[in-house]
Amino acid sequence: MLKVENLNSFYGASQVLRDFSIDLAAGEVLCLLGRNGAGKTTALRSIMGLLRPRSGLVTLDGRELTSLPGHEVPKAGIGYVPQGRRLFSELTVAENLEIGLMCRGGGEEVRERVLQYFPRLSERLDQASGTLSGGEQQMLAMARALCVEPSVILLDEPTEGLQPSMISTIRDVLLQLRGDGVGILLVEQRVDAVRPVADRVAFVENGCVRETVGVAALTENPELLRKYVGVG
Amino acid sequence: MDFGPFLFLATLEGLVQAAVLCLTALGLSLVFGVMRVVNVAHGEFYMLGAVIAWWVTSIVGIHPAVGFAAALAIAPLAVGAIAFAGERLILKRLDYNPEATIVATIGMLYVIQQMALLFFGPDPRPVEAPFYFRIQFPWFGYSGYKLIVVAAAIAILLIAWFVIAKTRIGLVMRATQFDGDTAQAFGIPVNRVYASVFAVGAMFAAVAAVLIVPIRQAHYLMGLDPLLLSFIVVILGGLGSIRGTIVAAILIGLSDGIISVFFSPTLAKMASTLLVALVLVFRPQGLFGREEL
Ligand SMILES: Nc1ncnc2c1ncn2[C@@H]1O[C@H](COP(=O)(O)OP(=O)(O)OP(=O)(O)O)[C@@H](O)[C@H]1O
Ligand SMILES: [Mg+2]
Repeated sequence: MLKVENLNSFYGASQVLRDFSIDLAAGEVLCLLGRNGAGKTTALRSIMGLLRPRSGLVTLDGRELTSLPGHEVPKAGIGYVPQGRRLFSELTVAENLEIGLMCRGGGEEVRERVLQYFPRLSERLDQASGTLSGGEQQMLAMARALCVEPSVILLDEPTEGLQPSMISTIRDVLLQLRGDGVGILLVEQRVDAVRPVADRVAFVENGCVRETVGVAALTENPELLRKYVGVG
Repeated sequence: MDFGPFLFLATLEGLVQAAVLCLTALGLSLVFGVMRVVNVAHGEFYMLGAVIAWWVTSIVGIHPAVGFAAALAIAPLAVGAIAFAGERLILKRLDYNPEATIVATIGMLYVIQQMALLFFGPDPRPVEAPFYFRIQFPWFGYSGYKLIVVAAAIAILLIAWFVIAKTRIGLVMRATQFDGDTAQAFGIPVNRVYASVFAVGAMFAAVAAVLIVPIRQAHYLMGLDPLLLSFIVVILGGLGSIRGTIVAAILIGLSDGIISVFFSPTLAKMASTLLVALVLVFRPQGLFGREEL
């Protein structure tokens, strides 16, 4: 459903993405793995229309996104969980969710459904989101993205700085979403967080996808991890 | 007059000053807060508001109140439209770069000022107040219109507060202010928000000018003082803090009014400038600003 072909993105004069291509099917979890600075965040920002690629094509169910104005991209049905969460920290939990809901005109029933994933947020609707704990902030970042009712969701290191129980909460939500047919593009550093959820893994190096493998290959072929991530 | 009544009179004058300053500075503060643009042309939007008010009242000559009502509707809209065009044509193309927009708005200041000189002329022109009545206090009579100005400013500020704090439009503005990129990633048309905020900011200045022009007269150089005072207020209140802006505007407006009545307007400006210098030394983030600013 989400097709990314030969993106070339620049920050000023320096090229970060080089013919970056991936394919994501409905109900699939594709994980991007790569070293710091490989260009994973830049890839997600380019798909979201936050950074305009100099060339290349992004389509969602055949609809071209690259030519849309930036704010129209999420309205096509893409939810975004940015690296570092990027909550509107002075706004309340409810207001953060409202921003997500406004994107595609979701109403009360969407909000209720999203909050069922994260019951702890329901108790804190009027709290300023900046005062939430790290784990709660990550839940809110995901909840906000789900309020868009996305058919594809992009997550940039959602487990960064979280304890194991929180990581498993997030994993459960991702598995449910996958079951509902949502396409999931997941950027991760931690290989242990990838194995239980991913269907396929794309290794990013120097702004380019070098290799895409089934998740089983991580276990069968630890050489891959050593080569692209430097662990294993 | 005894000291008590005299102080009361000075306070009333200060309140009028504070009311107008609240509106003007709020416009500057909104634009800076949401767009991070320092709008040096802000005072010229104020001047345009007054000049257009003169022009409208001189055309609609049935009754001063009718002309004034027309001016109150038309002048802010016209100024808003001009600001909107300036934003689209200039600031957007500079990608809201902080340094470039300062230079650009300085340019806008001179263009608007010279256009006013060209079409409006160098002489101050009076605008008739919509009505005359005096409120008789035991010690002196006071212009009813001035008190209406204060009431109108309070009403406008309350509406502005309600829109910003309680409506979806306000939520979109606040989200854009905190993090434009993320706002856009959730479908907020950040560009359009910027253009609207710039226009609304200019409209606040224009409304303030229309309210004050029956007291002060329209003149093509009248934008300088409000620009300076608004800057002082915005810095004093803390950059981007709306609550700080209002508190500082009341503080500066009152002290400016009172010192002007008791001593001289020049001393009042000196006192304000000294106050802002002290704040910058001892509390650089302003009275209500956050530490990191
Ligand atoms: N705003 C920016 N301006 C200039 N260069 C940038 C900017 N953002 C990222 N870069 C550069 O682009 C390259 C890719 O960065 P990116 O954030 O996409 O990496 P990443 O794979 O997400 O890394 P990490 O795992 O550390 O999050 C880096 O070399 C970085 O320095
Ligand atoms: Mg990153």
